[in-house]
Amino acid sequence: MMKRKLLALALSTMLVPVAGTALAQAGKISGDVVKIGVLTDMSGVYADLGGKGSVVAAEMAIEDFKAQFKPKFKIEVVSADHQNKADVGSNKVREWYDTQGVDMVTDVLNSGVAIAVAKVTTEKNKIMINAGAASTRLTNEDCAPKNVVHYVYDTYALANGPVSVMIKQGKDSWFFLTADYAFGHSLEKDATAVVLANGGKVLGGVRHPLNASDFSSFLLQAQASKAKVVALANAGGDTINSIKAANEFGLTKNQSVVGLLTTIIDIHAVGLQATQGMMFTEGFYWNLNSETRDWSRRFFSKHKKMPSMLHAGAYSAITTYLKAVHATGTDDTATVMKKMRETPINDAFAKGGRIREDGRMVHDMYLVEVKKPGESKEPWDYYNIKKVIPAEEAFQPMALSRCPAVKK
Amino acid sequence: MSRRVTIAYLLGLALLLAAPMFIYPILVMKVLCFALFACAFNLLLGYTGLLSFGHAVFLGGAAYVTGHALKVWELPTLVGLLAGTVAAAALGWVIGSLAIRRQGIYFAMVTLALAQMVYFLFLQAPFTGGEDGLQGVPRGTLFGLDLSVDINLYYLVLAIFAGSFWLIQRTIHSPFGQILKAIRENEPRAISLGYDVAKYKLLAFVLSAGLAGLAGATKTVVFKFATLTDAHWHTSGEVVLMTLLGGMGTVFGPVVGATVIVTLQNELADKVGSLVTVIMGAIFVICVLAFRRGIVGESLALYRRMIGQKAG
Repeated sequence: MMKRKLLALALSTMLVPVAGTALAQAGKISGDVVKIGVLTDMSGVYADLGGKGSVVAAEMAIEDFKAQFKPKFKIEVVSADHQNKADVGSNKVREWYDTQGVDMVTDVLNSGVAIAVAKVTTEKNKIMINAGAASTRLTNEDCAPKNVVHYVYDTYALANGPVSVMIKQGKDSWFFLTADYAFGHSLEKDATAVVLANGGKVLGGVRHPLNASDFSSFLLQAQASKAKVVALANAGGDTINSIKAANEFGLTKNQSVVGLLTTIIDIHAVGLQATQGMMFTEGFYWNLNSETRDWSRRFFSKHKKMPSMLHAGAYSAITTYLKAVHATGTDDTATVMKKMRETPINDAFAKGGRIREDGRMVHDMYLVEVKKPGESKEPWDYYNIKKVIPAEEAFQPMALSRCPAVKK
Repeated sequence: MSRRVTIAYLLGLALLLAAPMFIYPILVMKVLCFALFACAFNLLLGYTGLLSFGHAVFLGGAAYVTGHALKVWELPTLVGLLAGTVAAAALGWVIGSLAIRRQGIYFAMVTLALAQMVYFLFLQAPFTGGEDGLQGVPRGTLFGLDLSVDINLYYLVLAIFAGSFWLIQRTIHSPFGQILKAIRENEPRAISLGYDVAKYKLLAFVLSAGLAGLAGATKTVVFKFATLTDAHWHTSGEVVLMTLLGGMGTVFGPVVGATVIVTLQNELADKVGSLVTVIMGAIFVICVLAFRRGIVGESLALYRRMIGQKAG
């Protein structure tokens, strides 16, 4: 008897209609607040690359925007640690969109997380401006140009820069030391394509497990290959360890080492002694001109580290987004995306940047060479800019796009 | 007693039925998936005394199979869920039949080693997308209901959870469950009574693997992706934590443990940032040092002591 009553009660609760609130938002700003989510890695291997620094950059972007434009709407930032887990990241972002009224998500480093978040963003019709993840899948197989902008760099741009320049210098035989997982594979694939396209040849490659501690056998193979260039298709701690080991084996005397994904954070960690002469692509360098110097010094005073290209990229992405919201007077996704696409991006990070129809933001990239210890005049003075790679050359040409939304 | 338990179940069910009105449904679905995973694990650890340290592989394996079935083969959602569950059970049979030949720490190590082998298979196999994961799995429809609407999916997930929970409950209280407990308490005695212990252990292992797989398969449908995280040994460790924190060998323990851990991870992600892992570690230490029976275990003990005092 009791049981039946309870069952009836349980069933009746099911019938209570669930109120779903859809905010009509065309033509104005939902809740009068523009909310920006910074989803990043606060605790894992990429925490130095993005992490707290990205939040600092976001706050700076909002501060500067408020000072310059005096907007009527409020701007808020929320941030979260995705712990490098796609499920934590996408769950968080879904919650942000559903319950907290977040309009735009940025940083999102780690390709796996970024792709998951891109799917949620598309489903909820919000905006993601990815400043952190590298995978070209975001503008190819998994592209979503209506909702997703890939802002700072990608594996193609990283591979493209050093390869074409070095081949022109006569360093035309290559050997790959690749981290044995999807990111490494895609970096190797992109770089191999550029090597072949420039008339170089690939003599071979060797794959090492993620987080390898002993690189000696891999480097001996690289040495034995007699290739003029040894390219490191790995990241973070693996890059640092392989650079150190390459020095210990004297490999750098006869061969050039190229770290395909190296950032100023890695150079700062390893030191100039071991990294001098390395060439790679960067999206940003603090010591480019007075504008980047001013911005970076301000960043340094808050974060005690110079910005990586991700930090500068996050700043620029948020500024671009806020400008578009300000200009159109709405946070409606389609309107804002259209405005962002139409407006050239000019700030400390990018000059004449442009968002393409596949969602790729194209801007100048920099081929840098690490200074010798003697050349460095102050802390963080690490690079000689060898070449500014123009936006049109830096990224994958539209003709090669595998994005279904762009293909005719 | 049994009446009280029934009422407790019905109350729990009513709460869950009404939950999406108060709590964000995706979070509840995630909790339910992990609760099912922890319950499946508890069936093995709490009731059979087997500590599998590679259970994430069943969660992850089923997640990938379901994801692939739904995305590439475009099968209906239910068939996809079933495919994942069957695949996990089959994998459980393979790993189980190898692992149960050893006891104690060796058993745990064998399951960990085999799980790591499968993990690296997932890392390399082209269909999983490596560490980018298998993304964009469609949720599909069920009897004409559009599952991409969160609330519809919620009741499907709840039905799966309730059904599996009932199955586990029945298993524990069946003669089969009694034999499992006998094996846990004293394996040589169970053998001397004439039970084919290996067969029972294997069956429990396969059942646990299959249910863990169902949890993984459901999770894929909820989140629309399967990633390496699901199969990573961290997840195997997390399920141990959930079970211990909630109360090993209690029916509700794993549910409570999973709820606490998942909610904490979710809520702390944007509040304390990098401290999440430290907090998880501290909880584990406190749990092991201070209340070994877990939240539910300690509460039950307290309850019994109070009843005992009244009677005395």
